[in-house]
Amino acid sequence: MPGTTSGSSSHSSNSSNSSGGSGSRTGAGAGPLQGGPVRGRRSDTVRPGQGRSSRVRPYAITRGRTRFGRVLLVETLVSALNRPADPADRSLPELTAICDVCRGQMRSIAEISALLRIPLGVVKVLVSDLADQGRIRVHGADSVDGAELDGGDEVPGASKRDLLERVLGGLRKL
Amino acid sequence: MSGGATSTKIVVAGGFGVGKTTLVRSVSEIPPLTTEAVMTEASLGVDDTSAVPAKTSTTVAMDFGRISLAPDLVLYLFGTPGQGRFWFMWDDLVRGAVGAVVLVDTRRLADSFPALDYFEGSGLPFVVAVNQFDDAPVYSAEAVRDSLAVPDHIPVLLCDVRQRSSTVEVLTALVVHALAEEPAAAPEMV
Repeated sequence: MPGTTSGSSSHSSNSSNSSGGSGSRTGAGAGPLQGGPVRGRRSDTVRPGQGRSSRVRPYAITRGRTRFGRVLLVETLVSALNRPADPADRSLPELTAICDVCRGQMRSIAEISALLRIPLGVVKVLVSDLADQGRIRVHGADSVDGAELDGGDEVPGASKRDLLERVLGGLRKL
Repeated sequence: MSGGATSTKIVVAGGFGVGKTTLVRSVSEIPPLTTEAVMTEASLGVDDTSAVPAKTSTTVAMDFGRISLAPDLVLYLFGTPGQGRFWFMWDDLVRGAVGAVVLVDTRRLADSFPALDYFEGSGLPFVVAVNQFDDAPVYSAEAVRDSLAVPDHIPVLLCDVRQRSSTVEVLTALVVHALAEEPAAAPEMV
């Protein structure tokens, strides 16, 4: 079963050196800093099934869906629209709660997740549903990684630069 | 999707206790929030648990903060789980990011290896920020660069992420670097 948070399970196959061509670093630990463990070695291990029972079953409230029609990133902003709930979804108080926290203000997917204590992947599915129902507006999540958005429409390099310039200008005013 | 506001993000990566949340807190306009992602152990890809789907689940927490750079432009800062075993989560997290800050503690250099390896392979612009702990020996940025074998074109900065100005400096350096990495707009055809 895929994780709710990852659409790219191919990367989950894990390897201790997924970056490929970074061969030059291994063995570089012998620099001036003491200790010098060799980069590339992983000290953490995973022990599945060791006593950590499932706290929630997020799939239960998303009715098993982990695919959604829209690309919602953690920073994607949404705000509630004034539209009554679909009677069919009265069984999901989470939908109403999401609308409530982003009524009158924009919230990111991550903020909704944090404020309502709903895992990220579940928020994405529920927000996607709300957007489909017209109860929520998804704001233009202009992304630097434009190719990933809106079914592969390339964001031209110019608008990418434009966003970066705007971010830079904003940071310099802080 | 339609206009309104634009949001983007910067990812802050590094080992446990290196100061990711401190960095976020020093510039965020809200107290850092914590969000959780739940995944099944099967997602971890360590053992083949396909025969026992969703046997257990694991929760990974991320701290994040927000900076309104303009009325219609919001920058989020995400502190990512530092362990290499969560790489697959990073794939999801880094989509659309301006870039990443790899935070380093000179006392525990190895903790930054997974993040460095990941971002070198990801193609996402990143900078290396050496967080200066009071009780840690002081090294030059170049010494840290050598020890970590960071390529010359990647900025390495010394910082104190408790200080807002220092954090802003790091973020600014990242965006400048990202702009430098971004190919210039194609010249107009005449």
